[in-house]
Amino acid sequence: MSKFRIERAPAPMWVRPLIPFIAIPVTFLLTSALVLAAGANPLEAYYHFLISPLSNSYSAIEVLVKSTPLLLTGAAVAFAFNAGYWNIGAEGQLYAGAIMATFIGITLNNVSPFVGIPAMIVGGFVAGMLWALVPALLKVKLNIDEVVTTLLLNSVVLFVTSFLLNGAWRDPISMWPQSPEIDPGTVFIKLIPRTRLHLGFLLALVVIVIEWFVLTRTSFGLKMRAIGYSREGARFAGIKVNRTMLTVALVSGGIAGLAGAGEVAGIHFHLIDALSDGLGYSGIVIATLGGLNPFGVGLAALFVGLIDTGAQSVSRALGVPVYLGDVVQSTLLLVTLSLFLLNNYRIRKVEA
Amino acid sequence: MHIVQMRGIVKRFGDLIANDHVDFELESGEIHALLGENGAGKTTLMRILYGLYHADEGNILVNDQPVAIHTPKDAIAAGIGMVTQHFTLVPTLTVAENLALGEKGSLTLDIKQVERSVAEASKRFGIPVKPDVLVRHLSVGERQRVEILKALYRNAQVLILDEPTAVLVPQEVDVLFEALKRLQYSGLSVIFISHKLHEVMDLCNRITVLRDGKAVGTVHKNDTSTKQLATMMVGRESFGVTRQEQRVQGEVLVTIKNMCAEDKKGLPALRNINLEVHAGEILGIAGVSGNGQAELSAILCGMQKPSSGQIMVEGQDLTGAEADVICATGIGRIPEDRHANLVGELSVAENLVLDHLQDYVKNGILERNKIQQQAGKLIKDFQIKAKPRDRLRTLSGGNMQKVMLARTLSREPRVVIVSQPTRGLDVGATDYVRSQLLEQRKRGAAVLMISEDLDEIIALSDRIAVIYEGEIVGIIPNSEATPEKLGLMMSGSNIEKRKQEKKRVQV
Ligand SMILES: Nc1ncnc2c1ncn2[C@@H]1O[C@H](COP(=O)(O)OP(=O)(O)OP(=O)(O)O)[C@@H](O)[C@H]1O
Ligand SMILES: [Mg+2]
Repeated sequence: MSKFRIERAPAPMWVRPLIPFIAIPVTFLLTSALVLAAGANPLEAYYHFLISPLSNSYSAIEVLVKSTPLLLTGAAVAFAFNAGYWNIGAEGQLYAGAIMATFIGITLNNVSPFVGIPAMIVGGFVAGMLWALVPALLKVKLNIDEVVTTLLLNSVVLFVTSFLLNGAWRDPISMWPQSPEIDPGTVFIKLIPRTRLHLGFLLALVVIVIEWFVLTRTSFGLKMRAIGYSREGARFAGIKVNRTMLTVALVSGGIAGLAGAGEVAGIHFHLIDALSDGLGYSGIVIATLGGLNPFGVGLAALFVGLIDTGAQSVSRALGVPVYLGDVVQSTLLLVTLSLFLLNNYRIRKVEA
Repeated sequence: MHIVQMRGIVKRFGDLIANDHVDFELESGEIHALLGENGAGKTTLMRILYGLYHADEGNILVNDQPVAIHTPKDAIAAGIGMVTQHFTLVPTLTVAENLALGEKGSLTLDIKQVERSVAEASKRFGIPVKPDVLVRHLSVGERQRVEILKALYRNAQVLILDEPTAVLVPQEVDVLFEALKRLQYSGLSVIFISHKLHEVMDLCNRITVLRDGKAVGTVHKNDTSTKQLATMMVGRESFGVTRQEQRVQGEVLVTIKNMCAEDKKGLPALRNINLEVHAGEILGIAGVSGNGQAELSAILCGMQKPSSGQIMVEGQDLTGAEADVICATGIGRIPEDRHANLVGELSVAENLVLDHLQDYVKNGILERNKIQQQAGKLIKDFQIKAKPRDRLRTLSGGNMQKVMLARTLSREPRVVIVSQPTRGLDVGATDYVRSQLLEQRKRGAAVLMISEDLDEIIALSDRIAVIYEGEIVGIIPNSEATPEKLGLMMSGSNIEKRKQEKKRVQV
């Protein structure tokens, strides 16, 4: 007779990239109870979650639109995490980028897109960097935990946004708490006419490729990975740990800032309170799902974008709450993380 | 009677065979040594016995009964305990709390009661520990005692010790051996891994030699000699390096003036250190561990700042310089703790170039072929058992040390700071490293070598400085050095004498 036994042994390397894909069916099994409770047929629900967004080109493009900021926040978080800098502040850095983009967009008047668009991109990046600066300095100068400081600044930026939208920037015509529209010359061009897919998506792909190149092919990337794995070992090898970490933190903030600029310049055309609604936090989920590898992050962002789009289609078709999408997304994260853990074990047949 | 039998054990890591059909038998009540070169598979075999790895083939019998050991829990249940090369105690807990960890029982923990039973066990086994102190405050030797007691406390009948003496000073080794012999007398069986042949001959009853993952034989202590053991291990007999007496006395490359430093707790660790190292000489720093060597090495490597004094290297003031500055000067540094100072998750190749990346970068982009080639060359030159792409953490302890050596010495540094150069290395590798250090000297480099191994100090150093309680208590030329004399100096006897004389004068 033979039995199966679980033992501690790392699974082969090629298993790792497969994990997110194994996680998907497991997640759906786990969440189907909730779908049932919401009064819908799970199979039908998952059809709407996964298949129907891709079944016509309009909603398939909408998936890419939804993924655009996620690609950037995911890339931002993954970049920082690779160097062991735990930037939880992508949400705040995104808003900082959005505020700066709005400022540029409403200040410039009748500007040429050749000036306006680069200004939005640079402005968003710089603002994200600035918003990341203080926690980064506190970290390298005083060794104050960046997890706490970057997280705290996320709430601060929401106050700043509210303050602006209820004061200086309140729309003078509608009196809604939203900023005036940005100048047409600062609006991101559409990648496909008559859709919402804008330049930001291309920008995000470029960022992902550059990030991959920096991490794997440059000496800066090797240094930051060394720091991420072992700060002491890196320091001993003569790597300037603080300076590298500071650069990484700022670039990470800048990438998140790009996401904010893209949402303003490509989707909303003005600043609103609910601009992000957690895109920065989803970035943490995505970076983790992607195993901190830029291409993994790319896939994870597209997948989360799919679920987000799917959640709306499910709720429209079956009348279940949109929050189901959030639940699926969180469950997926937990399942994936557990699978990464289980990756250290394998099942073995033993003769009894 | 055999208390443990391992039969036909095979363990593969990818295409590497770490254990190749190994048979190993442990008799009840014996102390059995496992010998072998770095990477021969000793640790792997023992990790299998302790349930940390699982063998691909083969089986294990305890008291002639087949047992399935899948986790350390199974091993403990079978009466097997292990003290690993890297300790597993929780530093922020007390000794008693550490011993209570992993014990099953009720949810509540009566710590006073545990402390009493730990104190009782400590007395019964003759292993002195204080149950209520935090592990963080213990020295390495004390931590090891706690690890051993932890195994015994869980009723181990078989105790595995993986290179226990590598971290101990000679006095502590004596204490450990006495305790082990006493425990053996009361029925404990011990598996003892060491690279020091005289220790093995002193302590053990039988010796099994591993070579390239295969067991090449088991011999009785009385039927063998250190020479034969060396032959079994590496296929040749004689060992030892010879230092050429004559040398050119070069200019002074390193000057340390009135240097003081504090340890992690803020207590004085170095007092008024004054040293000079000349080109073409090896200055040995001898001393019992914990007398300021760690701080001296850390400061010279740029990992710690002195509280006062001055360090000049080749005319450049490096007092309080950070590691990156020191690294940029090209000073060769080989620290004691290679685990902390290499990056385990990076590849061997990456680690081999990490401290001089500028030579392997064009316009910020890594020259990956050049890095792989350099790695291939160093692996060959330094006989490192690894492939360039292997993650560093998968290497055996000795091979990690070789990576550090290769990275440093391949750049032909003018100044070399080296701490415990051969700790954890097998006899062959030890010879190799020592001859490499002599090679540096011949080349005209200034070598400052900190070592607790007196044989090593005497074999290599031109001059020997003895450190005691953070002070240099004397510097003597090699020609005047004998183990006895150094031993006396290391125990601080001449300093104590001087103090007493001073007192007498004052009275
Ligand atoms: N987890 C692992 N993954 C891959 N290879 C490994 C792993 N552990 C050990 N090895 C390889 O197995 C071989 C045997 O290693 P082991 O640690 O058993 O050697 P050792 O005899 O204890 O050497 P040392 O005296 O240097 O401690 C080495 O070549 C090592 O690189
Ligand atoms: Mg070993």
